[in-house]
Amino acid sequence: MTTTAATSSTTNKVLPHPLNAWYVVGWDHEITRKPMSRRIANRPVALYRTEDGKVVTLADACWHRLAPLSMGKTVGKDGIQCPYHGIVYNSAGRCVSMPAQETINPSATVPSFPTVERYRYVWIWMGDPTLADPELVPDMHQMTSEKWAGDGLTIHAACNFQLVLDNLMDLTHEEFVHSSTIGQEELSESDFVTVREGNKVTVTRWMHNIDAPPFWLKNMRDKFPGFEGKVDRWQIINFEAPSTISIDVGVAKAGTGAPEGDRSQGVNGFVMNTITPETDRSSHYFWAFMRNYCLDSQLITTQLRDGVHGVFGEDEEMLKAQQAAIDANPDYEFYNLNIDSGGMWVRRILEAMLDAEGRLPSAS
Amino acid sequence: MAATNIETWQSATVIETREVAQGILRIVLEPTMPVKAEPGTHIDLMVQVDGETVKRSYSVVDFNQTGTRLALSVTKAPLSRGGSIFMHSLRPGQKLEITQPLQNFPLRVGAQRYVLLAGGIGITAIANMAAVLKRLKADYTLVYVGRSRQAMAYLDELTELHGQRLEVHIDDEGSSLKVNELVERASVGTELYMCGPIRLMDAVRRNWIERELDLPNLRYETFGNSGWYDPEEFTVRVPKLNLEVKVPQGRSMLEALEDAGADMMFDCRKGECGLCEVRILELSGTIDHRDVFYSERQQRLSTKMNCCVSRAVTSKTGAQIDASMAGPAIITIEPN
Ligand code: FES
Ligand code: FES
Ligand SMILES: [Fe+2]
Repeated sequence: MTTTAATSSTTNKVLPHPLNAWYVVGWDHEITRKPMSRRIANRPVALYRTEDGKVVTLADACWHRLAPLSMGKTVGKDGIQCPYHGIVYNSAGRCVSMPAQETINPSATVPSFPTVERYRYVWIWMGDPTLADPELVPDMHQMTSEKWAGDGLTIHAACNFQLVLDNLMDLTHEEFVHSSTIGQEELSESDFVTVREGNKVTVTRWMHNIDAPPFWLKNMRDKFPGFEGKVDRWQIINFEAPSTISIDVGVAKAGTGAPEGDRSQGVNGFVMNTITPETDRSSHYFWAFMRNYCLDSQLITTQLRDGVHGVFGEDEEMLKAQQAAIDANPDYEFYNLNIDSGGMWVRRILEAMLDAEGRLPSAS
Repeated sequence: MAATNIETWQSATVIETREVAQGILRIVLEPTMPVKAEPGTHIDLMVQVDGETVKRSYSVVDFNQTGTRLALSVTKAPLSRGGSIFMHSLRPGQKLEITQPLQNFPLRVGAQRYVLLAGGIGITAIANMAAVLKRLKADYTLVYVGRSRQAMAYLDELTELHGQRLEVHIDDEGSSLKVNELVERASVGTELYMCGPIRLMDAVRRNWIERELDLPNLRYETFGNSGWYDPEEFTVRVPKLNLEVKVPQGRSMLEALEDAGADMMFDCRKGECGLCEVRILELSGTIDHRDVFYSERQQRLSTKMNCCVSRAVTSKTGAQIDASMAGPAIITIEPN
């Protein structure tokens, strides 16, 4: 018997993360003049703003004895002083003063990372800085568009980032994990279409003429007070490498033409998700829920944020338990089902990126 | 530097050697564990000097995409520390122990404007940076300075690659670089990266400071192997250890003291860190300070020196005719 040698190890359980990519390091409001630390792609990073408000990201380890710079203080227009022996670095990570000598050692630098502020987030590039093109920041334009309103939070997920991507690429889990809010049996019964194009993957699912689950019924009534009746429901999952997933979700009065493109008789949301690997087994999961109706209602913004926060708490628990089970069973493999096609394309794309960086673990 | 400079030793095969300028040999190596070399990186390798294995650093001039080929270029310098003679004897097929590319001279992406200044063999540290800046479509000028055209490696290749962005200054053609004019052209957002003889780098640094330009925007790498004077043999006395040692032309004072059994403190061995500092008790001659650890004020005082790179010479001006003594310079020191 002959088998074709597998070109990719798509069942890798703890996938490394591409480094030549933009990841969200934090919400724009999190980073202030006061230095903070966050671990991104296994590397602790010190974050602060200059006097002019520019975000600075430096390796959080002093050149001298690797003390964390984030414990130091900002000095001058754009500098930070090491809390241990007082070396001062500028925003490019270059030493501007060495207290114990008259000169500056030419090697005295800490790595600085390319940074971009966009879509209410601060993005960081941990890989080869000569490739850090701001055009490559994944599209999350709903976050800053006047056509959309909403807010979000951060989840610290105790799992490999790929498990979060799997979770979002296949929403049949809603029926079981989120049964009280957005789950319904039509989810796993309805058909879906997966399309891969370059570094993007789309999974589209329509459910026709169904009852709206509690979360969506409330949203319909916010826009159409007193609404009763059947709806057409959609979920269009849009993945963009390495780890941004925006999900076009909504319901419309059944039979009013939503599947054909007329969503005027419905409510539409975008679940914006972007996942940043922290370590191989933990992730920063930034999300927001944006809506295109009742734009001026802070009440609805807060209700939706709290509601989705509750829903995602259920995912968080499942992901943590899944990672623990994976680690407790190192000799057991994954099995891939038809419902995993979106997640499998994501893996294929990430593996190609890792391969290009020479960092794809060989399938063993 | 944080984290990424831990040496991993591996073997490499010499693939090609070719003279690329008078006395400059291009050596292409094939490492067993290929890693891409960032601009500004060097490798350390083991060379044989007088039957002894010693470590030397050479900049990576260029490399192929996959990192399976690295090119160095070595100038034959009979008066310097001696590794170059070994390097010039290399032939294809020979094996060497080398490190992966190490980074002490990182190029920062995103400056408004760059000036890259290479003096002589210093082009080996700069060429790779210029290639990357060209690829990034950055605003840069590559300034290449040499004594004579024949002694300047890669001149044709660089002209072809960089066209108008390359500015060449050649002493024996009367087009020597005027350092003050070069620095005058630097504006607030300009970063200047340089590698070359210490005289050139000192002149640029002095101008940079005079013009009150931002000091961290002046980047340089030193291998501690050039001075204001040609190296001479001199004598070092260490009363504390009861030693009198001759330091030959091709050896550093630190090496000579180690050879004589002194347990010396050091780290960088290239005049950067100041750990090899010794106190000068007595001196007949002058100190050729080759380090970048002391300020000009401290160098003028000459109460201490960094013995890994700095030397004693007889004459105050460097000209043989001014030599005040018949014999070699003698220096009496106390080590840490
Ligand atoms: S550890 Fe930062 S100055 Fe010493
Ligand atoms: S050992 Fe670092 S200056 Fe001499
Ligand atoms: Fe979920």
